[in-house]
Amino acid sequence: MSQTSEKHQSLWLLTASPLLWAMHFLLSYITASVWCAKFVGPGGSLTGVRVAIAVYTTLALVGIGIVGRCGYRRHSHGSAALPHDADTPEDRHRFLGFATLLLSTLSAVAVLYAAFVVLFFRMCD
Amino acid sequence: MNAGGEELAAAAAKRRDSEPLAEAPTEEVRRAQEERLMRTWQTPGGWRYWSSANNSDVGLWYTAMAFFFFLFAGVLALLMRIQLAVPDNDFLSAELYNQVFTVHGSVMMFLFALPLFEAIAVLLLPQMLGARDLPFPRLSAFGFWCFLLGGVFLCGSIFFDAAPHGGWFMYPPLTSRYQPDIGADIWLLGFSFIEVAAIAAAVEMIVGTLKCRPPGMRINLIPLYAWYVLVAAAMILFAFPPLIVGSMLLEIERAFGWQFFDPEGGGDPLLWQHLFWLFGHPEVYIVFLPSVALIAMIVPTFARTPVVGYSWVVLSAVGTGFLSFGLWVHHMFTTGLPGISLGLFSAASQAVAIPTGVQIFCLIATLAAGRVTRSVPMLFALGSLMIFVLGGLTGVMVAMVPFDFQAHDTFFVVAHLHYVMVGGVIFPMLAGFYYFFPLCNGRQLSARLGKIAFWLTFIGFNVTFFPMHLTGLRGMPRRVFTYPANAGFDALNFVSTVGAFIMATGVAVIVWDVFRPKGKQGYSPRNPWGAGTLEWLQEMPGKPWGIRSVPEIDSRYPLWDQPNLLRDVDEGRFYLPDAQEELRETLVTSVIDAVPQQCLRLPGSSFIPMLAALTTGGFFIFGTYHLWWLALASLVLAIGVIWYWLWTGTAIIPETEEKDVGLGLKLPIYVSGVAAIGWWAMFITMLADLTAFVSLVFGYFFFWTIHDDFPPDPSPGPGVFWPTVAAAMLLGAWVLTMLARHWNRRDRPVAFYFGLAIAAALEVAGSGALIAGPWVTGLDPTTDVYPATVWLLVLWTVCHVAVGLIMQLYCVARRMAGRMTARHNADIINTTLYWHFTALTVAMTVAVIAGFPLVD
Repeated sequence: MSQTSEKHQSLWLLTASPLLWAMHFLLSYITASVWCAKFVGPGGSLTGVRVAIAVYTTLALVGIGIVGRCGYRRHSHGSAALPHDADTPEDRHRFLGFATLLLSTLSAVAVLYAAFVVLFFRMCD
Repeated sequence: MNAGGEELAAAAAKRRDSEPLAEAPTEEVRRAQEERLMRTWQTPGGWRYWSSANNSDVGLWYTAMAFFFFLFAGVLALLMRIQLAVPDNDFLSAELYNQVFTVHGSVMMFLFALPLFEAIAVLLLPQMLGARDLPFPRLSAFGFWCFLLGGVFLCGSIFFDAAPHGGWFMYPPLTSRYQPDIGADIWLLGFSFIEVAAIAAAVEMIVGTLKCRPPGMRINLIPLYAWYVLVAAAMILFAFPPLIVGSMLLEIERAFGWQFFDPEGGGDPLLWQHLFWLFGHPEVYIVFLPSVALIAMIVPTFARTPVVGYSWVVLSAVGTGFLSFGLWVHHMFTTGLPGISLGLFSAASQAVAIPTGVQIFCLIATLAAGRVTRSVPMLFALGSLMIFVLGGLTGVMVAMVPFDFQAHDTFFVVAHLHYVMVGGVIFPMLAGFYYFFPLCNGRQLSARLGKIAFWLTFIGFNVTFFPMHLTGLRGMPRRVFTYPANAGFDALNFVSTVGAFIMATGVAVIVWDVFRPKGKQGYSPRNPWGAGTLEWLQEMPGKPWGIRSVPEIDSRYPLWDQPNLLRDVDEGRFYLPDAQEELRETLVTSVIDAVPQQCLRLPGSSFIPMLAALTTGGFFIFGTYHLWWLALASLVLAIGVIWYWLWTGTAIIPETEEKDVGLGLKLPIYVSGVAAIGWWAMFITMLADLTAFVSLVFGYFFFWTIHDDFPPDPSPGPGVFWPTVAAAMLLGAWVLTMLARHWNRRDRPVAFYFGLAIAAALEVAGSGALIAGPWVTGLDPTTDVYPATVWLLVLWTVCHVAVGLIMQLYCVARRMAGRMTARHNADIINTTLYWHFTALTVAMTVAVIAGFPLVD
């Protein structure tokens, strides 16, 4: 019971994966912008940025994976199936876990979308 | 835990839910309760009606006014279509055409779509959550009066040939150097004022959704509308501050010549575009999400089945909320940014289609899973899905950079955005309008007129806007007041104009349906559509108290699943069936499981919110005309009014600590700290404030990336000494504020007063030191963007310290007057929370202006 009691729950976990996406996105954008504006100029090579974005992507995906796994464990707590709409702390626990898992999946896809960009761009412009 | 154990645990949890009274109170008791409730919640009569703060009144005014602005902007749209019906037309002059399209776009976005979301939420959210009212009723009223004042000010300007005419996104340098007239000032200040009201509404909605749910309505049971409102309100906190900051910068450039956007002084017009679209793109979703939320309430009702994929819809709401902040540069694809930046934003623009699509599929699946009954709201809902999907598809097209290069600034974009906004906002709103209308005055709109209106608007809309895709692909730019004959645009434009009038006829039918006399048709039955959600508990017509007693909730669709709910609520068998003290009350519950925590006393009718809006509005409106002294006087008056408002209406020490709210439950009346709604309101407001500050800091670093000499080397100011002294003093004041909170709790008044007095002295001295930095080094903000940016950061921080000082003085006065005690300490706790954010602002300002020149 204690695991599902309200004091161990928070809505912040829902936002963890999307926040990791946001950090990945902003860092990628800022790194590329600053690199092109301050270091190599408009015609410069993106090699440094591509390495940096690869590192960010790995870190973000690992983070999202951890959050998603946590969501999955909550979702599969006990034996009840979807739609997690019972008036019990367990179903509320499973619902929050499932929503966390879904948001983690979406965030992972969005991170990969952003990462794919550097596969195609080799120069700043 | 094994399954059997789990069932036991679930049963145990279930048993803890309160059951309604087994026996209804006697007729006599119920009548006495209802009389007391009526006296407590009654809307004042006569001219005092306008002092009402009840959500059902304020929500109605808000909705009516937003629709009025919709009609006004719609008439402007018709004028544009008449002008464009034939080539080389001279119905409108070029200058007037510019004003007309600017006001049309601005009004539709800022005075219709966004306020209507707030209006509907004020009107319906408490009903859906079984609350008597929102947590801050007077704040809603304040928001409404701000909206009314700002809206009339902006719309009125077109009758004096003084309206803004730089397009709804107001790009400088067009709106700075080339339009010295008052139009742009009206836009910048008028809307800044309304944006402040939007943030107030966001605070109201977040706290309302999280803390004012009925007991037992766990987070997995809340109506989908509440999820959407929560997400949209949270988005307001992060989307509006960049625009407020952008507007402030542009107004300062126009009024005082600090050149943030003018390249001659080192500024850059692209900064405006970043700040505007950091707001502008999320704004599209801020208005779209609450509208699709209405569909998510309507579809299950008519499909007679719970929504399919509740968790998936929550995923789309939250996911869209986040991803929509990664799209803003797709409005700037043609500005010459590095290709990699375009790629990143194009990728995010494609990704947002995933959650948007998921919710549409959930709604379609719900329709497929149920047995759909035909109705006018369903017609509008289906029309909305169809139009929105088409708009979404063209959205994916323009999210691709090469296509956007071709379509940018053509009528194709006009067609796309109208498909998105009309499909995503107007049609759902109309569906909601027909669906929820009985909740407003107890009567239904006509199904026959509704069908006629639907087909006229649906056909009219497509006839108007579908050809615009082609007009755009043929190369007709948007925002031109006319075009030459035989350029390939003639027939398409004429068809669009015909469509616009068909659509307008449909809107006229709706207006007639709303205003036609309905005396003979009688009241609607209760829950006329057979819905499952709480708002349909309402009697027809509704009572001013909202809900007769606040029920315990066990299901997502309590009216479908909880037997006898209507009877038990009506007979006062649940919580708060009475108003013994004749004070307005509602329940505050916990965020996750909605466990009752507090019996919240709500303020009643008052003219104070209106007065606060008038005086705050005076500051902005006098400022528009550069009447600085009057503006300043208005600001001082506003501070006085708000002081009085807080002093007489908030954190009131109750006559008793606990109150029996029914079913044997006793709850505290006065709560402070993290459990209190006031604390949350302060926290949420300060998040928005911090976002605004971060936008300013973004401006500083934006200039650093585009200039080789920003900050200049050697740095002309503000130096290190004065900012460091200021930081030491102001952070000292912050520590003293925390100590004062501690001393108050320990009931040591002398230490409390003494601590705050020293803090006040440090704040005055620290502000002086912060100003001394740029002052003694002779930074002149009118010469270049560097001194202007430094001065702005300094002044922003000083203003925050000044507000913090006023709040501390307020706490001292409250304690002296006996309105704050060691136990009843909400004022000092909230002030300390404010100071945490101010300390962060101070630290970041000093780190940027004094520290960054050293490391660059």
